[in-house]
Parts: sequence; C-alpha cells; structure tokens
Amino acid sequence: MRLKPKHISLLVLFVLIVMAPLFFPSGFYYRVGALIFINAIAVTGLVILIGYAGQISLGHAGFVGIGAYSCALAPVHLGISPVFAIALGAALSAGLAWIVGRPILKLHGYYLGVATLGLGILISMVLANEAQWTGGPDGIAVPDLGLRGLLRDWGFRVSAGELWYWLAGAVLIAGAWLALNLFDSPTGRALRALHGSDVAARTMGIDVPRHKLHAFVISAVYASVSGSLLALMNRLVTPDVAGFMHSVHLVTMTVLGGVGSVLGAIFGATILTALPQVLTVFHQYEHMVLGLVMILVMIFMPDGLLPSLLKRFRGRAGK
Amino acid sequence: MKTKTILAATLAMFGLAAMDANAQIRIGASLAETGPAGALGDPEAKTLRLMVEQINQDGGILGEQIQLVLYDDGGDPNNARTFATRLVEHDGVVAIIGGTTTGTSMAILAVAEEEEIPFISVAGGIEIIDPVRPFTFKTPHTDHMACQKIFEDMQERGISRVGMISGTDGFGASMRNQCLGVAGDFGIEIVADERYAPGDADMVPQLTNIRNTAGLEAVLNPGFGSGPAIVTRNYRQLGIELPFYQSHGVAGQSYIDLSGAENAEGVRVPGTALLVADRLADDDPQRDVVIAYRDAYVGRFNEPVSTFGGYAHDAMAILVDAIIRNGDPNPDPRDLRDAIEATSGLVGTTGTYTFSDSDHLGLDLSAFRLLEIRDGIWVEVEQP
Repeated sequence: MRLKPKHISLLVLFVLIVMAPLFFPSGFYYRVGALIFINAIAVTGLVILIGYAGQISLGHAGFVGIGAYSCALAPVHLGISPVFAIALGAALSAGLAWIVGRPILKLHGYYLGVATLGLGILISMVLANEAQWTGGPDGIAVPDLGLRGLLRDWGFRVSAGELWYWLAGAVLIAGAWLALNLFDSPTGRALRALHGSDVAARTMGIDVPRHKLHAFVISAVYASVSGSLLALMNRLVTPDVAGFMHSVHLVTMTVLGGVGSVLGAIFGATILTALPQVLTVFHQYEHMVLGLVMILVMIFMPDGLLPSLLKRFRGRAGK
Repeated sequence: MKTKTILAATLAMFGLAAMDANAQIRIGASLAETGPAGALGDPEAKTLRLMVEQINQDGGILGEQIQLVLYDDGGDPNNARTFATRLVEHDGVVAIIGGTTTGTSMAILAVAEEEEIPFISVAGGIEIIDPVRPFTFKTPHTDHMACQKIFEDMQERGISRVGMISGTDGFGASMRNQCLGVAGDFGIEIVADERYAPGDADMVPQLTNIRNTAGLEAVLNPGFGSGPAIVTRNYRQLGIELPFYQSHGVAGQSYIDLSGAENAEGVRVPGTALLVADRLADDDPQRDVVIAYRDAYVGRFNEPVSTFGGYAHDAMAILVDAIIRNGDPNPDPRDLRDAIEATSGLVGTTGTYTFSDSDHLGLDLSAFRLLEIRDGIWVEVEQP
C-alpha cells in the first residue's frame, strides 16, 4: 500500500515532534517548542483561509485574543472549567467570524485586508480599554488548567514546559490532520476552485459566499484555540496577543513557509518563532535578518520555503 | 583530519562554556529596550551594563566577575516569559532583574516563583508585590503610593475637587485605578475623569471637558511618554490656571524639554532624589549615591539620567549587596532570596530599602519627594 501524501505529512510531523526532545540541551527548549506549536495551530487555520480559499485576513490575532481571554474570564465569572472555556472561546470566535464574515468577505484584495485589519484592531482595543473586565493593558491572570496537578496525583512529575510541549504538539497534530483532510474533501476542492477564480467556481455551481464564510469561521476557530492554549500555558494574558503585530506575524509565518501547504506553514511558524531566540546574540540586527530572510524567500521562492525546496529537490531527482 | 579538528573545536567550546559558567556570577535581565516601553527600558538596560562594567573593573564581587545576560523582551509578556525561562533553564542565572512593565513583570515572576529564583522587578504595579510572593521583590514605588503622595499635597493645599486625565496605556490605566481607589481617604473627589490613547496628538477636547466642570480645583495627569507633555502644552493653551499635577512617569528632563519650560512651570510631580541631585542638602543620606550614579551615567552615555534607570540601579545594588552578604560566589537561590529579604537600610537612588517577609518593596511614602518645576529645573517643594 502506498501512503497518501496526507499521511506522509502527518507522519513527518509526528516523528519531528516526538524526536525533537532527544536533542534538547535544556528545559528551555520545551518552552520554545510549545510556542512554535501554538503559533503553528493558528497558522494552520490561516493556510485554510489564505492557502486554500485565497482570502486574506490581517485581523486573526483578534480571534487569538478572544480565545485567550475566554480562558482568563470564563472560569472566574461563569465558573466553568478551563477546558470548556477553550470550547466557549472557539464558539464565540466562530460566532463572531460568522456574523462579521458575511459582509466583509464580499470584499476583495486590499479591501478585505483593510476590513479584517479593522476587526482585529477593534477587538484588541476593547480588550485594552475595558479594564474592569479584562484588567487593561497590564493583562489578567489565567486560572490553572489543573493537568499538572492531576498528573502529579497519578504519580507523574512533569515540568510545565514538557507538559505544554506534548499538549500543544498533540493539538497541532489533530489540527493538521483536520486541515489535511479538508484539502481533499468536496469543501476543500470548492475552496481551491474559488481561490483560482470566483466566477469559474460559481459557474461550476459552487456557493462562493458560503464556502468563503466556512473557511473564515474554521480559521477563526484555529486561531481561538491557539490563543486559549497560549493563555493557559503563560497563566497570564495581555492585549498584546490580539494586537496588529501578532496578526502580521501569523500571516508572515503562513506565507514564508508556503501558503498552500500545512507542513510548509508549520515550518514557517518554526523559523519565525525560533529565529529571534537564536538571534538574541545579534539583537541589534534581528529585525534586519528577519526582513532579509523574508525578502529573499519572496524573491527566490515565491511559493514559500518548503514547497519551493521540495520542487527543486524533486526536479533534481527526476533528471 | 577534518573530523578531528571539528571534534577538538567542539570540545574546546564545551570546555570554555563550562569554565564560563563556573568562574562567573551570572545575573539575568529581561527588559523592554525597544517597543512601546522603550523609553523606560533603554536607560534601565544601560544602567545595568554600566554597573556590571564598573563592578568588574573594580575586581568583581567575592573575587568573581559578574556576567550580565540581558535580553530585550520588547515589552511583550509572552517574550518576557520565554526569556525568563531561558535565563533560568538555559543560562543558569542566580537571579533575574527586569520586567520594565507591570505586564512583563507578572510574566517573569510566574517563572521565578515556579523555579525558585530571586526576581527583582523594576515596574510600578502594586500587584507585583501584593500579595507578597517569596521570590519576587521590586524597587520602584507603587502607583498607589504616587497617588497618596499627590493627594497628601492636595489635602495640605485645601484642594478637594480634582479633574483627572489619564493615558490608556498600562501605566496610565493602572495609576488611574489606584488614584480612584485612594482619593476618598484624603477627602478628595474626582469630579472629571477623561482618558486619551498613547498615540494621541491633541488632548484639547478632554481638557475642555475638564475645564468646564463646575467647582474644579486642580488637575492630575497619570501617564508617561509623550502624552503628558502634550497635555501640559494644551493645558496652557486653554489658559487653565489651576494647580497641575503629573505622575512619577514624567520624572525626567525630557518631559520639561518636550512640553517647554514655560508651559511646565509650576507643575508638581512625586519624584525621586535623582532629579534634584545637585540641590540635595549636604546631610541628605541619598546625596552620595545619587550623585555617583548620575555622574557615571551622564559621563558614559552623555544623556540625562531618568528615574527608570535609577530603579534598575537600585535593583542591581540590592542584588550585589545580598550576594556579598550571602558570601557564596555560587549562591543557592533560596539562600540568596533570604539574603535579599534581609536587606536593611540600603540607600538607593529611589529611597532607602528595608525588606521584610511581609514587605517586598521596602520603601515608604517618605522616599517620594514632592518636586515642582521652576524655571525649567526640578526643585524640591519644602514640606511644612
């Protein structure tokens, strides 16, 4: 039996996540790993929106913020457990994306970019200014997920870094599996068709507005879950998670790694999360190096890092 | 041959790294050198580098050199937490100084408490040390105390109806809350409460609202950065003659320069001895410390000192003092924590620190000096 590309991607991801800790010189690397996975979850959602459906969003950090603040506020005010708060945040994000998505997904190109940008900025402003609820710009504490205590009761002692590495890794694999399945499903094919051309897709009988909305809602849920995990891991959340720069970061990760490929986008998330840690020694030049990497990738590998490298590799092998 | 060379080089590197870790006292720092709080974090980082340079030139402490591992978290709590983890787990530091903003300090203290590493914060928020956490200390006054100091002075001048205009950034929002909370204790009523965003270029509408409030007696502006300077200019443009108070967030020469000396004339601020270094009385206990720091900083970086650099100075001074008293060049973090908590009568630029198991700030209201701007310079207001 030949493995489908989908399964190969998942297998590669799984092996990388499981094997990586063997090479970790200190516990700090678990933290970086967990951050990479959490960013990669949001980026996987953006692959569905940007890569599959061809729609841009510069406001997805807003949904990250909703997910994060749900985990901070719902357990305190509604008395529900943090696990349900993740679901609540996802539901809120999906609801908001569904309501807002209907009018703004009628827009194209720059106009859609600006509309989503506005949405993200609005959410982050609400989070920063409604201090009586959100604690304002200094942020708010997030209740403990309680998983570490539970594991300790069962006789397993794990550090916070290790726990979140495996937890975020598991969620990422699940998220990537769903996204890869979507790619070959009728919905995925419809999304890719409308990516190519709205008009062509419509003449094929595809309900274009509905499919765009689906992609938008799904990617909002991914972003929300990523925010929830970030908040629960850090035990503290500030409006920065919903900020414009975070949105731009997420889109950059998606585009850098390879916008149409789940594995490529995760690769992009890895590079942009890990590189600043590597570059602390040359801190003054950090932004210059990041900018340079992006310019070079865009010029020489317009499909993104991973797809371009694979194409080159296959081309050589075929000769 | 090549493999051998690489092997040898790698071994040498590991050897160096190991030596590095043993022969030096490693102190970690995560500050917002860049980003929205860069105006605060930059002098803090410069101060730490300067002090470590000085200490090492003078032969280090306990015969060991100090190595400063400093990261720029850009004021983002998520980054601050990552760097705190890195400092503890990867760099193996004995203590952490940092957290320019209250948000980043809260992120670092979570790591410090979990990993049991002493942490001295340089941010203002009262929630950092209240409730008291075993491994977390801080050097700046709280904004709670700044409000008290201002209201105390207002009470003495017979002011009871105050208009407040605050920034919506972390500093302004937190101080606004604290001031609203303590105003009642001093018989003061906040009759107008206006806000502005950090990037705003004009605060005339908010100030007009405040001016039109009936029975107004004074105006207070909690905020830092360029906002307070714009408020000050607008205040004079509108011809408001009432007493005007700024927060400790403006305590630096740049505020006077930005707002113009004639506009800032008569503005009162709760500040530290650092700003009036030359005009301190000869018998003032802080005089020597303040002048030494001021001269060293100005001499090295050729820019005026700010209160924020002073906070970092005090944090490093407390830490160095504790390491020396503890007497072990490779201190156990728990022993070092005990030594910091035992700090008593240490004179810093901000005030005189005495920690206890119930007080991890170690300053009282007397450390704040009420300053007024006269002819473009800071002058201490004589307390009756």
